Amino acid sequence: MSFSALLLSLTLVIISVLISARQKLQLEKDILIGTVRAVIQLLAVGFVLNYVFHISDWRLTLIMLTVMILAAGQNAAKRGKGMPGAFGIVTAAIGGGTFVTIIIMVGLGIITFDPTKVIPIGGMVIGNSMIGAGLVLNRLMAEIKQKRLEIEAALALGATSRQAVEGILRSSIKAGLIPTIDSLKTLGIVQLPGMMTGLILAGTSPLQAVRYQMLVAFMLSSTVSISCVIVGLLAYRRFFSQHYQLLELKY
Amino acid sequence: MPEIRCQGVSLTKLQGGLSTEILRAVGLTARQGEIYTVIGPSGSGKSTLLRLINRLLEPSSGTIFFAGSDIRRMPVTEVRRKIGLVFQQPMLFPGSVEENLCYGPRLRGDNSREAAKYLDMVGLERELLQRDAAALSGGQQQRVALARALANKPEALLLDEPTSALDPRATEQLEDLILGLVQSLRLTVVWVTHNMEQAKRVGDRTMLLVNGQVVEERPTADFFSWPEQELTIRFLAGKLESGVQGNEL
Repeated sequence: MSFSALLLSLTLVIISVLISARQKLQLEKDILIGTVRAVIQLLAVGFVLNYVFHISDWRLTLIMLTVMILAAGQNAAKRGKGMPGAFGIVTAAIGGGTFVTIIIMVGLGIITFDPTKVIPIGGMVIGNSMIGAGLVLNRLMAEIKQKRLEIEAALALGATSRQAVEGILRSSIKAGLIPTIDSLKTLGIVQLPGMMTGLILAGTSPLQAVRYQMLVAFMLSSTVSISCVIVGLLAYRRFFSQHYQLLELKY
Repeated sequence: MPEIRCQGVSLTKLQGGLSTEILRAVGLTARQGEIYTVIGPSGSGKSTLLRLINRLLEPSSGTIFFAGSDIRRMPVTEVRRKIGLVFQQPMLFPGSVEENLCYGPRLRGDNSREAAKYLDMVGLERELLQRDAAALSGGQQQRVALARALANKPEALLLDEPTSALDPRATEQLEDLILGLVQSLRLTVVWVTHNMEQAKRVGDRTMLLVNGQVVEERPTADFFSWPEQELTIRFLAGKLESGVQGNEL
């Protein structure tokens, strides 16, 4: 796509600004800021990726992945507002899931540890893990808060902390996995995922694009599962003392 | 002897930078086969005391002994199995009555299906075993909660106002049931209630707790017939329900 073509496509933004002005939505400023931000962020990413792909150094690739994981962790930790150590837990979970999956893929020779493969695929995997991890954390906190008395009844019967939250842990992990599983079910029917769309637009044959998309789908299910389980297993401990006492926390 | 003994038990909580004293230097001795009743206005720390004995909470200072050993030196799951706790609300788990009754034993890998036996003990028909626990009446649920605690084969029971949500008839039935069980199983019981008449009916010893402090503690008959403390007399006259100012103690 030529640069002038891209500039012309800005007319589309003008349409949305006009609609906002006409309908008194008062979103003109936000639309302009959003557009400018999108342009700057994408340009920056484009330059960074271009550089990283060009250098093609495994250490740089690793640093890129780490930065992405940290950013995802920071975002997912917002779902555990007020919970001490939430950032560490979700970051460990997202990182753990991502690295296990990438190591398996590279180890089996399915992909090479090449920035042009690992970074875009890692990005998708990390993004989904971030959503899953955040959901698990959020659900776990809400349920423990809501079911305090039931948990204490279990503890009073001699349950360990883990036994007392067994059901809650299960439903929280499930809550984190459901969006990924649901999107697997509708893949290709309701939605053509962004990656596939991009590959097709860039001239890859649909059959080739579909193969990549399948790969990503399989990776997503493994990474998100791993991340959700790690979040659940690490996070529930924060609510208990070592003597299986449910702590009074002001989350 | 499964005796429960509290020695100088205090609990201080930090709330918004201020430390609040929930319990101050509480002592009690509950003996086997006896019912020790704890009465007091709401917010006096009665329930907290039970939670400390069951080790759901940790005291700020003081020691709690069970059968002569400091409960902190016993595995916590063992403390809780041996000292059962029945809450004000039945707090049954989702599922059938049988699943509720088997919960405790299963935690220890005991899969013997003795649930029916415990239903008998609390005077419920065996047909209820497969029933959804949530579908039972309040009185039945509280009996299931009691049976669930008994299924752990406890040596002591802590009862936190177990009849407060029940009507007078169900209350009386549950009282009789517990009195019978204490005799037949030789249990040590600490029974918290805000109901003075109940304490009078079931207690062997009675303590009045106000604002986290022991006001008076004596054999139940003496406690109600010849109370010694001014505060006790006021409480028994029903003039202390809203609690008292700290400086009156």
